[in-house]
Formats: sequence, structure tokens, C-alpha cells
Amino acid sequence: MTILTFTLILLAGAYLAGLVGSLTGLGGGVVVIPLLTLVFQVDIRYAIGAALLASIANSSGAASAYVKEGITNIRLGMFLEIATTVGAVIGALLAVYTPTNTIAVLFGCILLFSAAMTLRKKNQAALTEGSRTSAFLKLNGSYPTAEGPVEYKLKNVGAGFSIMTVAGVLSGLLGIGSGALKVLAMDSTMHIPFKVSTTTSNFMIGVTAAASAVVYLQRGYMDPAIAFPVVLGVLGGAFTGAKLLKRLDPKVLRYIFCTAIVFVAVEMMYNGFQHKF
Amino acid sequence: MTNTNNKTKNLGDRDIELLVGRLLRTGVVTASCIVLLGGILFLIQHGASPMPSYHHFAGESANYTTFDGILSGVMQLNAKGIVQFGVMVLIATPVLRIALSLIGFVLEKDLLYVVITTIVLCVMLFSTIGGLKV
Repeated sequence: MTILTFTLILLAGAYLAGLVGSLTGLGGGVVVIPLLTLVFQVDIRYAIGAALLASIANSSGAASAYVKEGITNIRLGMFLEIATTVGAVIGALLAVYTPTNTIAVLFGCILLFSAAMTLRKKNQAALTEGSRTSAFLKLNGSYPTAEGPVEYKLKNVGAGFSIMTVAGVLSGLLGIGSGALKVLAMDSTMHIPFKVSTTTSNFMIGVTAAASAVVYLQRGYMDPAIAFPVVLGVLGGAFTGAKLLKRLDPKVLRYIFCTAIVFVAVEMMYNGFQHKF
Repeated sequence: MTNTNNKTKNLGDRDIELLVGRLLRTGVVTASCIVLLGGILFLIQHGASPMPSYHHFAGESANYTTFDGILSGVMQLNAKGIVQFGVMVLIATPVLRIALSLIGFVLEKDLLYVVITTIVLCVMLFSTIGGLKV
């Protein structure tokens, strides 16, 4: 295969990964890793490097729109980024001592978990009683809806912060945004309305991924020839996905893709156990 | 807090939100354009060569892993160096976003969040120059 053919196929694959990632809410980075390792036989370390870049591009692109709409809770994002960035640096350090097969198995588990998370019931209700910590940290806020702004309050800030640290470690170790864990921390633990938790999670993914990306860049995990089609493809796919989401209800699509993701996850775990990475 | 105080505070928050949104978009668009430019140049120069094996991890050379290496690659119009420069701009975008938020919190005199944002910036700085590549 020539470099040109490889680049074009990878570009098309990354486009699809971005599309699937955006329609399911999993994020393009998560889909790029199995694509690179299972389909193109790329070493998982290069795949992690490329996926981190895709996550940053996706997050920054989408966040720019959400922030303008005023849905994202910037203070909450900033506060929780302490947890995710520290976690991400620890994760990137752990990656050196973790065998690639273990990373693949772990990745499969997280992928399964993320697919399950996108199908679960979402928290829409806003809390009216918040905890004292959340008031002290000025984390309570409001977000615009069709019926005017809705006020919401938070609780279990400490527990949410701890889950965020784990999300950061996994993000640094596996090269993914770990949006599913971030949403779990905010949605189920801190009781933030779904719209705020997804957009704030998305907002944080860029910074979290950047914290480990600088380590991976210096470690030589980022190959320009892979990064170039992956970043552009995933961004293009995510852009198309965002446009499609405005016009169609992705419920059926989400089920189909999540089933597909389950197979991919099992394949990753199987190959990991077979020491194929 | 009085009503007027509340209003000005919200106004400040909103301005920062809009600026942050614009910064993020500009960063991604700029990085993509640089990556695309370098990518096209790379394909023109090497498109016909056989694909290297990515199956075995070798790691990138210092030309693509250090700031100086990447910058000198850009100066020599090295295609991969240009792509890697775009990658650097992409990674820098969220870091600049934190810096912008910091300025915003300083202007709002929100001491608590000045401290929180500074902590996050320090973590980023540590991960960049902390010699963690092992």
C-alpha cells in the first residue's frame, strides 16, 4: 500500500469514526483507536496519540458552540479540571509501565461501559437544594431552555471530584476523552441536568486530553502521517454528525451503533487477552 | 449582593464565554488549516512511497517531539514538521482557553477561581516541562 492510499482510506475511516462518535455521543477518539489497531494494525501507542488529538479537536470544536449558547458551566468545568488534569498526568505516567495488551483490555471495558452509558435514562430534573460546598465554590448555575432559564443546584461535590480524577487517569492512560465517566460524575452523582453535564464534560475533554497529549507528544507517540488524516477526518465526521443531529432523532441509530461498539469492544478485549497488541 | 452587582457580574461572565468560544473555534480552524497544508505537502512529496509499518512502535525522532525540532522543521518547510506544528497549535488551544479564563476571573476579581484556574494552569505547565516523557 502506498502512503497516498493509506492516507485516503484512513481519512474515510476517521470521518466515519467522527460521525459515529458524534451520533452516539461517545466521541470520535474512542472509535478511532479500534479503527487504527484492529483495521490498520497500527501499534496502540500511535493510536492513542492520534485519538487524543481527535478528542481535543472534537471537544474544542463542539465546545465553542455550546459555550456561546451559555449552557456550559465554566466554573464547574474549571474546578473539575483540577481533578481531570492531575488524573491525566498520572494516567500518562502509568501508561509507560502498563503492557499494551492490558491497555487494550481496559480500553474494551471502558468502551462497553461507555456504550451502556449512552443508552441509559438521562437526568433532566434540576435540583433546588444544593450542598454547602457547591454554594461555596459557586457551582450552582442556570441554563437556557425553550421555556426560559432554568436554575439548578449541585450536591456530592467531593464524590464527583473523585470520579473525575478516575476519569482523568483513564483518559491519560487510554487516550480517550472518557466523556461517559465525566457525565456519570456530573449527571448521576452531582445531579446536574443532562444538557449541562454533557456540554460541560465536552468542554473539559479538550483540557484533559491536552494534559496527557503534551506528554505523549514528547514521548514520540504522535506520528504526523497518522495524525493528519485522523484529525481532519474525525473533525469532518463530527461536523456532519452535529448537522445530522439537528434534523433527525438518533435513537435508532444510537442503538445500532452501540451494538456495533459492543462487538468492537469484545474484539479489543479478545485480542488483548491473546497478546496481539 | 445587590441587583446591580449581580448584573455586571453576569455581563462579565457572558463576555468571557463569548471570547472563549471564539478562541476555541479559531484555534481548531487554524490548527486544521496548518495540518491540512502540511498533509497535502507530505502527500505530494511522499504519496507514492510504500506505507511504513506502524505495527511496531518506534517512536518519533526529536524533530517531531520537541518544540525546537518542530519549529526548525517548519522553517525548512518540512511537510511532517508543518503537520506537527499544527498538532502543537491544536494542543495549545485548550491551554490558551485556561489562560483566557484566568484573565476573565482576575477582571471579575473572583479570587477563588483565580486560584483554581492557576492550579489547572500549573498542572498543564508541569506536564509540559516536567520531563515526564520517561
